[in-house]
Amino acid sequence: MKKTVFLGALTLAGLAAGAAAAGTLDDVKARGKLNCGVTTGLVGFAAPDANGVWEGFDVGVCRAVAAAVLGDATAVEFVPTTGKTRFTALASGEIDLLARNTTWTFSRDTDLKFDFVGVNYYDGQGFMVPKALGVTSAKDLNGATVCIQTGTTTELNLADFFRKNNMEYEPVPIETNAEGQQQYLAGACDTYTTDASGLASTRAAFENPTDHVILPEIISKEPLGPLVRHGDNEWGDIARWTLNALIAAEEMGITSANVAELGAAAGGSPEVNRILGTEGNLGEMIGLDAQWAMRAIAAGGNYGELFEKNIGEKTPIGLARGLNAQWTEGGILYTPPFR
Amino acid sequence: MTTMTDPPKASFQLSMLIYDTRYRSYTFQFIALALLIALMAFLGVNLVKNLAEQGQNISYSFLGEPAGYDINQRPIEYDSQSSHMRAALVGMINTLIVAFLGCITATIFGVTAGILRLSPNWLVRKLMAIYVEAFRNVPVLIWILIIFTIMTAVLPAPNAFRGENPASSMFLDAAAFTNRGVYIPSPIWGSGSLVVVLTFLASVFGVFYYRRYATKLLYDTGRLLPMGWPSLAILVLPTLIIFFALGQPISLDYPALKGFNFQGGLHIRGSLIALWFALAIYTGAFIAENVRAGIQAVSKGQTEAAASLGLRPKRIMNLVILPQALRVIIPPLISQYLNLTKNSSLAIAVGYMDLTGTLGGITLNQTGRAIEAVLLLMLFYLTISLAISAVMNVYNNSMKLKER
Repeated sequence: MKKTVFLGALTLAGLAAGAAAAGTLDDVKARGKLNCGVTTGLVGFAAPDANGVWEGFDVGVCRAVAAAVLGDATAVEFVPTTGKTRFTALASGEIDLLARNTTWTFSRDTDLKFDFVGVNYYDGQGFMVPKALGVTSAKDLNGATVCIQTGTTTELNLADFFRKNNMEYEPVPIETNAEGQQQYLAGACDTYTTDASGLASTRAAFENPTDHVILPEIISKEPLGPLVRHGDNEWGDIARWTLNALIAAEEMGITSANVAELGAAAGGSPEVNRILGTEGNLGEMIGLDAQWAMRAIAAGGNYGELFEKNIGEKTPIGLARGLNAQWTEGGILYTPPFR
Repeated sequence: MTTMTDPPKASFQLSMLIYDTRYRSYTFQFIALALLIALMAFLGVNLVKNLAEQGQNISYSFLGEPAGYDINQRPIEYDSQSSHMRAALVGMINTLIVAFLGCITATIFGVTAGILRLSPNWLVRKLMAIYVEAFRNVPVLIWILIIFTIMTAVLPAPNAFRGENPASSMFLDAAAFTNRGVYIPSPIWGSGSLVVVLTFLASVFGVFYYRRYATKLLYDTGRLLPMGWPSLAILVLPTLIIFFALGQPISLDYPALKGFNFQGGLHIRGSLIALWFALAIYTGAFIAENVRAGIQAVSKGQTEAAASLGLRPKRIMNLVILPQALRVIIPPLISQYLNLTKNSSLAIAVGYMDLTGTLGGITLNQTGRAIEAVLLLMLFYLTISLAISAVMNVYNNSMKLKER
């Protein structure tokens, strides 16, 4: 009897694995829910609020995709992943989309068999130190003890940076951001290093954020973006163009406030009409209905709104737009045309 | 009337495979084996096929590539340009270090607690019972985290040792207890230090020889030589004389606060201490129960017989009870050592870079070679466990009842 159950379970597992290889879009539609991988908690990017509802900048991407595909921005199952578990979770089909400040690198795109669908935050690795330490430059960190999240690109950048500058350091590997915060605040490490946005977010959660400074040196390029499994290009296109729609919406002045009005009937701008589905058949081309982008924008607002609401200068995290401004405003956000 | 019937001919028929009890068990065993092999083959083929579908292959070439990351505790030379293989090796040595330290400490804790649990003193007995029950019944991961958290939160940061009136000061000006670990002086081996070390080793042998001679003399002639102070003298005096005669070739390197951290001396990291202590105290609780069981397995008559011969309680324990109890204690002790070694793979929880942390953690993550890394990891742990098992079995064979 036991053996039968075991074999049955095995068959089921085999079937499930086979099914995962088929169209992710169909899977998501059949399930009625999008499984989205996020961080285990990084305020501003992805963290549950007091009511246990996930919110943040990366969460916004998940909700936009869910709104575009399923028509419901809340039909998302958030799966918290660590730096170590995220790729396995995506490769195994446990999640459909990974929106977890993951750096787009060559080997992840090719060797690990993933597809990055774009960049939602241009970042770089920085260092945070307590003000009392009196350090003003990362070049002064010779001999320091450095807390570092293990399994990330930052670990390799750190090794390169110290080697290049002929400096010594003592790495303290940690698993999650919360653990790093605890070690750093207890003084078990002199400095904490991760993406500058992550540092700003971590610092915002401190009791006395002003006692800590983020050093001016940015030691790496970290284009962070959502990614999907390699091979399912239809699903990749949906994720890519949902992100692009959010960015284009800001450029064209489509906001969550006016999207319903603009999408009600064809207006004066042909590209706005095409995005919102009042003209042409872009939705049909990626296997969705005409209002997909309208719902994605209505879910949490356009890129700029998401940025300001979650990590912008008015929030405790206080990040400036910098590189992440539209190309028309001195940044490098630049979407291909909707045509 | 008599009828003569021939005895039935022993001819083999196919149906006998099922209906004859002599063959039936073989039939079922064979079918089970065939099914098992088929299942394994199916899983293997499935794996290879799915990997091929994803465009991946099994390859160990990544082991030769530069690792690119740094490791804090490096028993052998290693930097970020060393290969992944080298990183795995560093991890394995770190695993062995914590396993070795843990096994020794766990044995000390376990034997002490096990004997004290049978103490006639009510308070001692109950205290040991609390120790055993509390530590045995809470997952070891929790203990590791508790000890590590207490260390980081309670001990001062190196910064507290700075300034005119530092909040903390070094213990005896030699050791510093910080939340980054403990810094203790380390020896500097000058020229001639080899002679001192050799003298010390010779003294150790001398002590053994003296004690054996004294025992033999006691058994042969009944003369009792003093044991305590001559042993100590043989152990210490020659080494001291040589040490000063050669002009103190071994000196100590004291840790001192320089820059961000203490420099010099030996740095025992907080992660190692937390892991080591937690594993030792957890496994010690299990060993204590083994020791208690072993002692209670020796019949009470033995104790009473020894007492009636006039032996003192300590002698009874050392000469009569423990040698017999060891036969019961050692086999489960081996399995506790193996458990401790395998539990050391929880090291990543406190950032101790053991084999799971390097090969199974960072290397796996940076190269994405999960199957290869995990297979290699299994091979490493299997080898370590079998080696420990082999060594302990040799010891067990020398201790067990000689049956002739």
